[in-house]
Amino acid sequence: MAKKSKTTEKTYKWELRLYIAGNTPKSTVALSNLKRYCETHLKGEYRIEVIDLLEKPQLAEGDQILAIPTLVRKFPEPIRKIIGDLSNETKVLVGLNIRPLNTEYEK
Amino acid sequence: MALKNFKSKTLLKTPTGIKGLDEITGGGLPAGRPTLVCASAGCGKTVMSVEFLVRGAIKYNEPGVFVTFEEKAEEITTNVASLGFDLDKLVRDKMLKIDYIHIDKSEIDETGEYDLDGLFIRLGHSIDSIGAKRIVLDTIESLFSGLEDQAILRAELRRLFNWLKEKGVTAIITGEQGDGNITRQGLEEYVSDCVILLDNRVINQISTRLLRIVKYRGSLHGTNEYPFLIDEDGISVLPITSLLLQYEVSKERVSTGIPSLDEMLGGKGFFRGSSILVSGTAGTGKTSIASIFANESCRRKERCLYFAFEESPLQILRNMKSIGIDLKKHIDAGLLEMHASRPTLNGLEMHLVSMYKKIKQFKPKIVILDPITNLVTVGSVSEVKAMLMRLIDFLQSEQITVLFTALSLNTIVNEQTDEGVSSLVDAWILVRDIESNGERNRGMYIMKSRGMKHSNQVREFIITDNGLDLVDVYLGNDGVLIGSAREAQQLEALTDARLRKLASNRKDIEITRKEKVLNAKIASLEEEFESLKDELNKVYVEEELKRSVIEENRLALVQKRNAKTSDNGKKK
Repeated sequence: MAKKSKTTEKTYKWELRLYIAGNTPKSTVALSNLKRYCETHLKGEYRIEVIDLLEKPQLAEGDQILAIPTLVRKFPEPIRKIIGDLSNETKVLVGLNIRPLNTEYEK
Repeated sequence: MALKNFKSKTLLKTPTGIKGLDEITGGGLPAGRPTLVCASAGCGKTVMSVEFLVRGAIKYNEPGVFVTFEEKAEEITTNVASLGFDLDKLVRDKMLKIDYIHIDKSEIDETGEYDLDGLFIRLGHSIDSIGAKRIVLDTIESLFSGLEDQAILRAELRRLFNWLKEKGVTAIITGEQGDGNITRQGLEEYVSDCVILLDNRVINQISTRLLRIVKYRGSLHGTNEYPFLIDEDGISVLPITSLLLQYEVSKERVSTGIPSLDEMLGGKGFFRGSSILVSGTAGTGKTSIASIFANESCRRKERCLYFAFEESPLQILRNMKSIGIDLKKHIDAGLLEMHASRPTLNGLEMHLVSMYKKIKQFKPKIVILDPITNLVTVGSVSEVKAMLMRLIDFLQSEQITVLFTALSLNTIVNEQTDEGVSSLVDAWILVRDIESNGERNRGMYIMKSRGMKHSNQVREFIITDNGLDLVDVYLGNDGVLIGSAREAQQLEALTDARLRKLASNRKDIEITRKEKVLNAKIASLEEEFESLKDELNKVYVEEELKRSVIEENRLALVQKRNAKTSDNGKKK
């Protein structure tokens, strides 16, 4: 699925995937937190894919998902995972290795 | 009817299919509930859990999920392939699903609240995809090192086990053994229906794996430590207590191969299916007795399995040839099989199981263990005894006659050693050195022989070029004589007899001569007597004659006178 989107759509500098299981409060909080951080720091350069494991349980294996919610940074590599409702902004940013938008991402 | 109702109320069990484990647990693990298997590294947790799934799939047609937190699916597949489990095939047949859950702490950051729904969903998906009845989590404790928030983790684990119960799958959860606790992370807190502890103990440089059921809620179970081993067929647990003394007995007798020994055993030999101990000091011919027994069984076309712990088969063949026993031809004919192994090759349990297996394969009528003494180098006396007890039990239930040889040492109380098996065996033959007159000789006697008349005599046991034989000991004026003393005594007796014969011959002649002399004397005396008689008779006759003549004369005279008187009368 990811491949498909890559070929047809524009490639983003940041590809994030959020795994949730149904619309639980934790998932909703996590998603809104994530969107907020991205809008603030990665505007226009990110893509968020939300995967509901209740609908597609077979996808849990691919990214080794145990905890819900889990945020996976698919790109840039290496893959990073952040579990929890992402309530701590600094931790999320450090975990995803995101610098504020004005400083260039160094390779 | 009542029994049926009762049964339905008792705990349902899922058979593991692991040899022996179902006997100890009384049918298997609690069905639809989690069981905790804990052990330190290298005790066989993974093997046991994989076998649980494989046997479940093959024997009981129950698909299973193997969730591994430690090794990758391919690694597991390769590792257990050496045990004869083809996981790939089971996976293809949708009887098994291997799910590798990888947690790398360095990849994961935690922030805020979370739960393990992801894991639940994965497990649920795996279970549902093949309709699994069994699941193994190996080992879920890895989660503790992968996740920081222990409070969440513990709460989630509790939820997980409840969820598994609701799912109705029989689960094995493995855990590392911890200090003080049964498991390092206190998993027993969550899994409380059945806890199995595996242990690997090294005694005398030989390791033995042991299994113990710590608890089993709502079921009777064996409480001992049971040795188990892992070989090319997986795990075998060997319970002693599951064996009952209820086997069939036979009245049939088997010959020992030594006619004079048969004679001592009521003329027929041992009972079939009995156990026989031949003990003796070094060099008394125990192996020879065993070989002759084997030889005899092969001559009867009965299969014989010979376990040697001291000599190699070739050595035994050569040595036995020297006393005129050709075992080679029986081996060629497939009637005799010899297995030699050093006792220290593996632990007692391994020996026992390898013997079990070989016996199962070869289906012999007679099994020989030569000697059991060397097994003590591997285990303690009581362990050896326990092992032999199980072996004897097994053999007797199969109606296999078994002969052990045991070396007894002169220095200790030799009559009651023998690894304490003397109380287990049905017949006990003791061969011992008897030292006298500057030589060693072999004496044999039957210490016991259950259920048959047997000789109480000490026999001298001799090994000749043509096999073994028993000779009656010589009971002379000086007591029991054996060996060359016996031979000397026999020779002396022979000489005596010859001399006596000669003497008696001479006496016979003397007697005849005396007889002749006497006879002659008797004849002359008779002659004498005759003449005397004649003489006496002559006098007597003469006298008689004289008296009759006188009488006649007197009568004639009387007549004459009477005639005169009568004439006178007439004239009157």
